[in-house]
Amino acid sequence: MIKELGRVSIGIGVLFGALFVSTTIIQVFQADGLRVDPRNVRTLYDSYATERGSILVGSTQIAESVPSDDVYKYQRTYNGGGLYAPITGYYTINQGISGLEFAMNDKLSGQSNSQFFDQVMSLVSGTDPRGASIKLTVNAAIQQAARDALGNLTGAAIAIEPSTGRILALVSTPSFDPNDLAAHDTNAVADKFHSLNSSSGTPLINRAIAGDLYHPGSVFKLVVAAAALDSGIMTERSTFPNPAQLKLPLSDSHIENWSGGTCGPGKVVSIATALRLSCNIPFAEIGAQLGEARVRDYAEAFGFGATVKIPMAATPSVFPSGMDDAQLMLSSFGQFDVRVTPLQIAMVSSAVANGGVLMAPTIVDSVLARDLSPLAPFSPVQYSTPISPTTAETLRAMMVDDVANGVAGGARIPGIDVAGKTGTAENGDGEPYTLWFTGFAPADNPRVALVVVVENGGGQGQSATGNTVAAPIARKILQAVLDQ
Amino acid sequence: MALSPNSVDNSTITEQLMLRLKVPTKLRNLEATLIVFAMVVTSAALALVDLGTTGKLNPPIIGLTLGLGAIVLAMHVAQRFVARDADPLILPIVTLLNGLGIVMIHRLDISAGLTGWQANATRQMVWTAIATVVAIAVIVTVRNHRVLQRYRYVWMLIGVILLMLPLVPIIGVTINGARLWVDLGFVSFQPGEIGKIALALFFAGYLVTARDSLSVVGKRMFGVTWPRIKDLGPIVIVWALAMVVLIFQRDLGTSLLYFGLFLVLMYVATGRAIWFVVGGGLFGTGALVASQFLTYVQGRFSAWLDSFNQANYEAIGGSYQLVQGIFGFASGGIIGTGLGAGHPGIVPLAESDYIVASLGEELGLVGVFAILSLYMLFVARGIRIGINGSDDFGRLLAVGLTFVIALQVFIVIGGVTRVIPVTGLTTPFLAAGGSSLVANWIIVALLLRLSDTVRHQREEVAS
Repeated sequence: MIKELGRVSIGIGVLFGALFVSTTIIQVFQADGLRVDPRNVRTLYDSYATERGSILVGSTQIAESVPSDDVYKYQRTYNGGGLYAPITGYYTINQGISGLEFAMNDKLSGQSNSQFFDQVMSLVSGTDPRGASIKLTVNAAIQQAARDALGNLTGAAIAIEPSTGRILALVSTPSFDPNDLAAHDTNAVADKFHSLNSSSGTPLINRAIAGDLYHPGSVFKLVVAAAALDSGIMTERSTFPNPAQLKLPLSDSHIENWSGGTCGPGKVVSIATALRLSCNIPFAEIGAQLGEARVRDYAEAFGFGATVKIPMAATPSVFPSGMDDAQLMLSSFGQFDVRVTPLQIAMVSSAVANGGVLMAPTIVDSVLARDLSPLAPFSPVQYSTPISPTTAETLRAMMVDDVANGVAGGARIPGIDVAGKTGTAENGDGEPYTLWFTGFAPADNPRVALVVVVENGGGQGQSATGNTVAAPIARKILQAVLDQ
Repeated sequence: MALSPNSVDNSTITEQLMLRLKVPTKLRNLEATLIVFAMVVTSAALALVDLGTTGKLNPPIIGLTLGLGAIVLAMHVAQRFVARDADPLILPIVTLLNGLGIVMIHRLDISAGLTGWQANATRQMVWTAIATVVAIAVIVTVRNHRVLQRYRYVWMLIGVILLMLPLVPIIGVTINGARLWVDLGFVSFQPGEIGKIALALFFAGYLVTARDSLSVVGKRMFGVTWPRIKDLGPIVIVWALAMVVLIFQRDLGTSLLYFGLFLVLMYVATGRAIWFVVGGGLFGTGALVASQFLTYVQGRFSAWLDSFNQANYEAIGGSYQLVQGIFGFASGGIIGTGLGAGHPGIVPLAESDYIVASLGEELGLVGVFAILSLYMLFVARGIRIGINGSDDFGRLLAVGLTFVIALQVFIVIGGVTRVIPVTGLTTPFLAAGGSSLVANWIIVALLLRLSDTVRHQREEVAS
């Protein structure tokens, strides 16, 4: 009987051994994976338990965590209502997080490695851990001016400091009040979220960087002109045939200039005139001569095809590949399947404004520790050098001419040289146009490069143009920068 | 066997008194010290819970716990008179486990907003008091465990009646799918918890007498020596009982517990491992057949094998509770969130079936290991009592009672950590539940009685 008892105790030992192993597997080896399972709400509760860092514009907190006396311990509060919503995004309990709240979550929640020392200190000192705060590059006055300038129109605007890439304003309309989504009543938040999400104006989408991509229309001509001049294949004095209609190769279709006639007087037309008058036929001819590969090389140097992070991720802009000649011609004035974000067009203007050097656009000035000392101060980062200073200078002059004497006159500011380019992109038969303006000012020493896009023809069907709707909005934003 | 069963009865009262004066009270002093230690740990943990959740102390709760400590000390004092040679570790281990259970139940009450008589911790304290008093009564009344052997068929009758009681219409109640409860209007309880003790007493008593015939070698087939057909009666009857529990009471855990207990005792009594093969085959076949037409068994199996599958997770009676419990373990990690700092209340039935997940979350792997070690130490003491036993009935009873606790711990904790499918048993001493506490404290009293007899008789031999 003693022998059997010994064996039974070995058997019991094996059973307990299995429990030691199973708990170790779950609590040590699988723990990290289990913690991030979306069904594990503890991780969410814990993320609320730390005082999330603030988001600041200047010294004003546009997003902050204030203590609340429920299970979540802190209530996220947005002080700018809808003004900064496209930047901050939303921070919800059960509908996810977006915008900067998402892109900088590790810093704001205090989980990033650079805050390790803070974490250890708060453990030792017994104080509650607190996330880092984020100071934005955004200027409150310019942001407000851009928001006011867009008014009730659906669209977006971005203003960038070309020499540093600092984003001074970023607006997307219509917007929403993130406070509605930060509430702790999860049912009310879910209802609000679904009504916003299904609203026809899609207010939850940041059109400036991540909406449905737009046809750029004529603003894409800047990229084609840059490719033509910078590659050395053409100069500003190169001329092209100037018909009123051009039959597309292997097709029955014809393309026309915006005016319906020739591009200014004369049998031939220069790149400068074509850009100033925003003619389609000459750019179709230029694109066809350059070839798809060369145009795409330049497009990619400006950022096409890449996910630019500001640090919110922007949707990559698209220059199609494998096109036939007709498709390449249509693409060369920003139609066919060319699609862009407003940010991408702002980057093109910014590179031209900064002498051909494209600075990486960013909305984060610095990351601040809990005592507001910077953990990571701002340092400008170069994104690429798409064109030479000479090409940039030539394009600058053409864009100034476009505003002063061409079809972009709506952006003129007395006493200041404004460089600009309009776009009125077609979206199909009978569909309202997408209206664009991009440019920079002052032209000789640019303080700001910007883009304005207005969807849906600004509510005027096919009767509005980029110059009548987008250019005046741009002028107001430029004026706000120059007033600083 | 060193002694004949009658040697104690023959010893005179004078001899016993002489012996009592001779033996130092070292064991009991050690026990008292360890009980005080267990109470200090429990009170400190309760204070941490209150500080961690509400930021202030709740003196009434801690006071009540100290009151419980007093009852446990009363049991200790009773042993100084009636079982002074009893094992000194068992009572402190059980006190600590019981205390930690109350700590976690109190912590869950706070997050659920339960106070006063609504609070599970209050009820658990009352049940602990009742259980301890019952245990004192048992150790005072049962002076000689061999008396219990005489009533083996009474135990059988009581065991079977208690087991079948939940199936009686009107008083039988189904809770969480399993029909294990009896509701008499003024009190509801799980008769099976007490039934397991009656069955352990019966199995031990019966096997002592039947071991000789059960050990007889039968025919040799497939290279194994099988038992004789006519000896298969008892195991088939117990198997049928287990199947009734599985099918009509819909509880895999209880069924496994009774049958496992019988198999182990049969093996210890006869020394023949073939009983494991026969029994395992019977139970396995039964469970397999049952799973073909019992959807709850199928559900338990798929929830176990593919817990994280969204379909199983969302299914009614699916893996939601299991997965949330595992999330609790994971968020505890190695050192735990600290008492009052986790979210154990997310798991349904966190205070009873999933109390180990709650403890794992807030005390971490370290805490779980400590709790498992306490159980192992308890089991080791129990087996030791069996090995040192003076008679076969005492040995079988000690092993049976110990094995019930060990198997129950394995079935419950193995269930919530996905070693085996989840079943509806409670974690001994830790989980909220009155019947379970009373039953397990009776087991404690019986083991203490057995251990006292063991040392007592050894000393008699020595003198």
